[in-house]
Amino acid sequence: MRRWSEMAWRRMESVWRKRGVCDKIEKGGGLRHGRERDFAQSKLETKQRFSRRRSKVWDREKIVIIPDHYIFTSDERANRNVDILRDFCTEQNIKYYYDIKDIGNFRANPDYKGVCHIALAQEDSHTCNAGAFGQFASGIGNTDAGFVMGTGKILLKVPPTMRFILDGEMPKYLLAKDLILQIIGEITVAGATYKSMEFVGSTVESLNMEERMTLCNMVVEAGGKNGVVPVDKTTLKYLEDKTTLTFEPVYSDDCARFIQEYKFDVSKLEPLVAKPHSPDNRALARECKDVKIDRVYIGSCTGGKTEDFLAAAKVFLASGKKVKVPTFLVPATQKVWMDIYGLPVPGSGGKTCSQIFEEAGCEVCVSTTNRNFPGRMGHKEGQVYLASPYTAAASALTGYVTDPREFLL
Amino acid sequence: MAAAAAAAAAAVARASKTSTYSQETRSALSSTSNLRFPSRPSFPIYPSFSRSTPEPLLLSTSPRAAVTPSSPSPTTFHGPCYVLGDNIDTDQIIPAEHLTLVPSKPDEYRKLGSFSLCGLPSAAYPVPFVPSGAASTPFPVVIAGANFGCGSSREHAPVALGAAGVRAVVAEYYARIFFRNSVSTGEIFPLESEETGIWKECTTGDIVTVDLDGSWLINHTTGKEHRLKPIGDAGPVIEAGGIFAYARKTGMIASASTA
Repeated sequence: MRRWSEMAWRRMESVWRKRGVCDKIEKGGGLRHGRERDFAQSKLETKQRFSRRRSKVWDREKIVIIPDHYIFTSDERANRNVDILRDFCTEQNIKYYYDIKDIGNFRANPDYKGVCHIALAQEDSHTCNAGAFGQFASGIGNTDAGFVMGTGKILLKVPPTMRFILDGEMPKYLLAKDLILQIIGEITVAGATYKSMEFVGSTVESLNMEERMTLCNMVVEAGGKNGVVPVDKTTLKYLEDKTTLTFEPVYSDDCARFIQEYKFDVSKLEPLVAKPHSPDNRALARECKDVKIDRVYIGSCTGGKTEDFLAAAKVFLASGKKVKVPTFLVPATQKVWMDIYGLPVPGSGGKTCSQIFEEAGCEVCVSTTNRNFPGRMGHKEGQVYLASPYTAAASALTGYVTDPREFLL
Repeated sequence: MAAAAAAAAAAVARASKTSTYSQETRSALSSTSNLRFPSRPSFPIYPSFSRSTPEPLLLSTSPRAAVTPSSPSPTTFHGPCYVLGDNIDTDQIIPAEHLTLVPSKPDEYRKLGSFSLCGLPSAAYPVPFVPSGAASTPFPVVIAGANFGCGSSREHAPVALGAAGVRAVVAEYYARIFFRNSVSTGEIFPLESEETGIWKECTTGDIVTVDLDGSWLINHTTGKEHRLKPIGDAGPVIEAGGIFAYARKTGMIASASTA
């Protein structure tokens, strides 16, 4: 067992406890883990293997299940899958299950948490998002998820770590999306395969939690197993009203080894895009100014956070113009949706994002995303440019890929 | 993707897949009877799968591992290959619109197979991987470039390939989650080539043999042989039928009969 001998059987529990954050968050703030496909998996496991033997999940209080992807739909099979999930959670008495009660309208589901990535192991490739909290978090498939749910264990190989040192003051026209597109462009879509990506440096320290999530969310687009931003006062502040439990952050110490180190002077970077059809197909936004676009989408787990919409609103506000192509804004969670309608945008004289978006002629939908492989956003011949919310909003205003400095300077 | 790996229902689907596959394999062999095989003396061999053991009993009784401990391991896969380039992501392998299909249900498992690789841009890949109206592919071996299976964590990707009748993929390397899902579900052997760029030396429809034991990919059409990296310790997991079966077999978790 040469290859697998390196893989340690790790007690999820101990890692969770050690990492701390996840457990607390789920109890304090209702963060979640799982989706209907876990569920389907679990159901299978349950019905066809476990339940015959009256098997139970490993720990009903340490498994968080949230239906997501294919929820608000009339698709019978998708709805069936949620029903199976619910049955399973009931049968297993899962403590943290966030149900969907009204598939017709997401606003009618006060418990609905949307697409969230806060867990150690989760059946979603963007689970690595949770690295923003200093957690080890990595996407797995359904079978692995079923195994974790049944045993509390996962076979994991300790990944080598690549360190990314981002220093310098972040220019006001850049967002974390530009940073990660810069990094993926540098190391390619497979540059971090099987590896852990650690983000440090003065720029990273200056990023808020949502921006850190954007950074960590896309490590999988470089093939990474996980990404991590060390816990600091920003993390602790963010968690203040979300947990009352104590936890112990874990850091790279002096003995930590890094297989590669990359340094970036962020003050010299420019707004970027990833051209079709790969997240590593990096180009400067201004180099693509002749690329005509048909629509703009700001949303997904990477670009659908409150900060992302505030950024887009800032560009629309600065321009005072209307968008020239259909522009779709898709909040990732109900809280973000409420923020869009409730939070005043700084410097706008009290306007909310929604007012600014309406004035600019955008539509708030109930997909800035993370992938641009063929077919990722509809038709397989479609061409998708990935960009920051600033660049997306600036492009919406012109109908061409546009450097946000045209509006923000 | 639920439950693909989970032995049970997927196993039922697999049993039917296996029989379909053997027929195809035979026709592939006969169509190449005029080809000269290079040096592999052990060829041709009809594929033998531990999975061809009747498995429906798994649904009601024990996991696959418990009933097939002494079955012969699969050693070779033979037939026409389908050739892909670099960075084939999971949306091309199985587009998101088909993810509501649950692989543990045999009819949905078959349907997943019929959709496998349907997300490929047809301009670049004019030969359909699964012929229109068919449930399985005439290509039991897929040859690809770097970073195969990148993108989402959907287990439907290796499951769809397996459901279509693919037994092995040969790529330069895999995206981590795809590799892991292939092993965990036991659906396909994700093999890595020693050299880079062999996909450029192969053409869709070339008749190939994958020799697991010897770690070779033999292209009978071009007469070239390509060294593979040994599948190593992932092999027994795939042979066992996935991580659950393997874990039971090795005592990592209780077996069905003792629980």
